[in-house]
Amino acid sequence: MKAADFAYARPDTIAQAVALMSRDDVDAVALAGGQSLMPVMNFRFNEPDLVVDLNAITELCGIEETPGGLRIGALTRHAELMASALVAEHAPLIALAMPHVAHPAIRNRGTIGGSVALADPAAELPACLLALGGTVHVAGANGQRQIAADDFFLGLYDTALEPAELIVALEVPKPVPGARFAFHELTRRHGDYAMAGLAMAVEVEGGVISGARIAGFGLADRPVRLEQAEAAITGFAPGDAQAAANAAASLETLDTHGELNASPQMKRHLAGVLMKRVLSGL
Amino acid sequence: MMNRTRAITMTVNGEAVSRAVPVRLNLVDFLRGELGLTGSHVGCEHGVCGACTVMVNGASVRGCLMLAVQADGAQVTTVEGLAEAGGEAGRQAQALQEAFHRHNALQCGFCTPGMLASALELVQAGGTPGRTEIREHISGNYCRCTGYQAIVDAIEDVISHDQALEGAQ
Repeated sequence: MKAADFAYARPDTIAQAVALMSRDDVDAVALAGGQSLMPVMNFRFNEPDLVVDLNAITELCGIEETPGGLRIGALTRHAELMASALVAEHAPLIALAMPHVAHPAIRNRGTIGGSVALADPAAELPACLLALGGTVHVAGANGQRQIAADDFFLGLYDTALEPAELIVALEVPKPVPGARFAFHELTRRHGDYAMAGLAMAVEVEGGVISGARIAGFGLADRPVRLEQAEAAITGFAPGDAQAAANAAASLETLDTHGELNASPQMKRHLAGVLMKRVLSGL
Repeated sequence: MMNRTRAITMTVNGEAVSRAVPVRLNLVDFLRGELGLTGSHVGCEHGVCGACTVMVNGASVRGCLMLAVQADGAQVTTVEGLAEAGGEAGRQAQALQEAFHRHNALQCGFCTPGMLASALELVQAGGTPGRTEIREHISGNYCRCTGYQAIVDAIEDVISHDQALEGAQ
């Protein structure tokens, strides 16, 4: 189908975009890469009055080093993330995830800000942001604020963003020395949304895991921290088989949501398989 | 600042075009309906099948997931213009079209324009992708006739031929 009629604006600044999004009488949506918004508009699941195209806002572009990490502009496209030397060096988990994100033509348009704002429960980048303990920088009518990834994803396609707020950038911390990262997902076909996936950031001190953040995706209504699994591997050497088995076993009681491709039981099983696989290669 | 129609100008297959279009019109419908370039096909209209894949500023994009107004100022290349493009891109596109023909890599042909755009991007990236990488690269383009075998054969043929050329030089 074709999108229903709408008005269109292409602001040059974040302030203009926020002003356009903030009008009480107008149902406005922000258009970034459009790789998820355009399908739902074409299906007429979403029939906004106004589409605010963010693509001319240069403030939203670019990847730069900050004292603590990497600041990734919300309009950074997946293909740019994939090709970025800064991302490869300072956010290796994102680099590991990128080849799994959709298909080349989608990656050429889709943006990291759009992916995080949509918060698809089976998407890779929200899970990476969560595993990295990143921060979401947002702008709204009352100025800018920062939201920790742990507080950002609230439910199915639901985030801490207020209706007229826009994601400006994502910030992820630089890896500490000895940090290790792993990413794995299971799909029917390459590039599909995951039936189950794990993104993992682990700190290792003195040969044992001193801290772990494991985000599961495609498992629940949002990307979720797997805290029992994190606890199960903390204090053990990376690759410890018993710790991995315990971490996998902790997923047997995971509260998951089934979908077309996988029942809850299957998702729990797949998550356990992935956990062992990921930890054995850590 | 807010519009329901906009005047746009872009270069399509090397020719400058200007039109006033409804803002809700997507790029592939603009190419087909306004410009008569019906080589790009409309399949699923939600970015899954890949039939509408065209090149915008040298990168493959879904023509159904981009508004025509977003291509204002862009260089757009459709299957009608891929092989006519100048330089290496045109030569590689022509080599792909010939290889698809040679390997019988199409039956109904509905997926072929999008498949060629995706394949061209892989060939242009250089490197030595194997059959698995080729399959991954075209995983966003559905073909319901061939079973993909002949398509992978054709793309592999062009890549290995390009490499043989490089080796000889």
